[in-house]
Amino acid sequence: MASEQRKVAMTGNEAVANALRQIDPDVVAAYPITPQTDIVQYFSQFVSDGQVKTEFVTVESEHSAMSATVGASAAGARAMTATSSQGLALMWEMLHIASSYRLPIVMPVVNRALSGPINIHCDHSDTMGSLTTGWIQIYSESAQEAYDNVIQAVRIAEHPDVLLPVMVCQDGFITSHGIENLEILADEDVKQFVGEYKPSNYLLNIKEPVTFGPLALQDYYTEFKVQQAEAMANAKKVILEVAEEYAKLSGRKYGLFEGYRLDDAERVIVVLSSTAGTTKAVVDELRSKGQKVGLLKPRVIRPFPAEELVDALSGAKAVAVMDRAETFSTQGGQIFTELRAAFYYAKERPLMRNYIFGLGGRDTTTREIHKVFSDLENDLERGHVEKLVTHLDVRE
Amino acid sequence: MATLKELSSIPEMLAPGHRLCAGCGAPIVVRQVLRGAKAPVVVGNATGCLEVSTTIYPYTSWRTPWLHTAFENAAASLSGVEAAYKSLKRQGKIKEDIKFVAFGGDGGTYDIGFQSLSGAMERGHNMVYVCYDNGAYMNTGIQRSSATPRGADTTTTPVGKMMPGKRGQRKDLTKIMAAHDIPYVAQVSPAHWNDLYQKAEKAFAVDGPAFINALAPCPRGWRYDPKDTIELCRLAVDTCFWPLYEIVDGRVRITYKPREKKPVTEFLKVQGRFRHLFQPGNEGLLEEIQKDVDRKWEELLALEAMHEAVAQKA
Repeated sequence: MASEQRKVAMTGNEAVANALRQIDPDVVAAYPITPQTDIVQYFSQFVSDGQVKTEFVTVESEHSAMSATVGASAAGARAMTATSSQGLALMWEMLHIASSYRLPIVMPVVNRALSGPINIHCDHSDTMGSLTTGWIQIYSESAQEAYDNVIQAVRIAEHPDVLLPVMVCQDGFITSHGIENLEILADEDVKQFVGEYKPSNYLLNIKEPVTFGPLALQDYYTEFKVQQAEAMANAKKVILEVAEEYAKLSGRKYGLFEGYRLDDAERVIVVLSSTAGTTKAVVDELRSKGQKVGLLKPRVIRPFPAEELVDALSGAKAVAVMDRAETFSTQGGQIFTELRAAFYYAKERPLMRNYIFGLGGRDTTTREIHKVFSDLENDLERGHVEKLVTHLDVRE
Repeated sequence: MATLKELSSIPEMLAPGHRLCAGCGAPIVVRQVLRGAKAPVVVGNATGCLEVSTTIYPYTSWRTPWLHTAFENAAASLSGVEAAYKSLKRQGKIKEDIKFVAFGGDGGTYDIGFQSLSGAMERGHNMVYVCYDNGAYMNTGIQRSSATPRGADTTTTPVGKMMPGKRGQRKDLTKIMAAHDIPYVAQVSPAHWNDLYQKAEKAFAVDGPAFINALAPCPRGWRYDPKDTIELCRLAVDTCFWPLYEIVDGRVRITYKPREKKPVTEFLKVQGRFRHLFQPGNEGLLEEIQKDVDRKWEELLALEAMHEAVAQKA
């Protein structure tokens, strides 16, 4: 039986740092970067105060943060790090190595725009740039979700059918530095939920020496990649199983996505993370006026839940996908492109258009969300999409 | 002092059958260093000849646990392994004493891995880092690195009408590592096997980081007969191109002083990469190289004397 949860007021970063404290990893290797820095600072204090048993490695760069985390995980430790933006970009090479070595590393990422121009505020260009690295990606709308997702990520990553690293994303400053009311589990419950980490092959098992990171050429490289792809496919089921177990513990339910007043919605916005909260407010307002609008907030985008999203949107007539990062393909943002492709074989296809929004932390308020719903209404009247890709709220 | 018989009774941790070239200095360095570990050892390896030639999947030459991740981060990756060991040992999940050693070539150490090496040494991880220095990017086909000696012909400093090989001196990495104030730094050459073995023993024995710079001739890049590897290692030491010394807690001690210091040309003339220096018109460059070697050697002698004097006072 779970102990009572504690109601607290915390920023997203403090909530995530507390999740790390409760998980109590064997090794954390991290480097400071705005807006992730708080996580590292809070955690440093937990280390200094003896609240965790973690060996904390204060590396000299994010490349080394991921390298040391990979080393620690390969050694047989439960290992974590956290980063943002440029830090994630600097890790890029090592992200592929972490996933290909099948290391269950959990990394909170505080989303921040990539340079240039240099900018410290939120968009998703950092994690969208790492979609092909073989990491599971989970997005969080609030501090509560960031906290819950980090704890669940440990179980997802370490599941024997998965063994892949996981990024848990939250919006820089908006979520990471905004104070919210949330509930945190009792330390003992988190400890029990994540359990003890039991690696199967690891470097510090000196009785069975293992070679980690050999050269695999034309004759074997493909098989390594196919196994990663299979593990990613397996993750979908595991994510749902872990969510179900977590719901029993916490009372909070998670899936591959969240539908908000979606059932009979004709016009739907698809958007990740904190902007979903803004969208919910607009949905409520328009619903009160009798308009059939709804929200679909993907939680997991690696693996991409294509069938589930298509199914959830099967009743929609017009869908606006909002991407918080450019791809420069001229064909829209990443979520738009993938969701649109997912509909290719669907019997019923809604009108779909894309908005690139909120770059470099530009505020997206209810005013912009109203505009998107109104554009969808016009499209429906028109019978076709007025413009495939729109940059939302741009200076004239 | 260990005898050859004693050394040969220590189990080999790098199995034969790997695909390194005949005459390559790297595996000689690895086998000699690992003999000094005296405990189970986990090996980290930077991308390079040693890594690609010893672990062609599904085969491995390593009888130790071994980790390779990328080129520039052998020290960072191994520092994570060592941190895991500290954590798990503290929690009572691991009982054994385990040592840690990283091997990287000069490209992976002097150049692209320089930052992560510096970071790992500064953080004080209990690990040994060994650079097998063959003075160029041999794995990609003999491109110059910051360890390439002045005047060497490489594929990115090719000898031409306007350029006589690499300009400028090599980076003195051993001294830079000493400037990190780590407990043990040494320079070794496989020709002096007992010196190398003893330094490896010391490096593994210290509590904290240790750095060993090992000369590792490359028959392909240096262009010499593979049978002459050890002879070249000896000439490098006897000409004072590659002095053997150690820096223990900041104090320099030269571990071998040649009775007769040979001219550096003895070391250069047997290598194809320096052949052009002996053509008419390059006499000046040869003189400069000799001057560089002389100055560095005199400086080392003076450092040793100075540290001796400081120790006397203390």
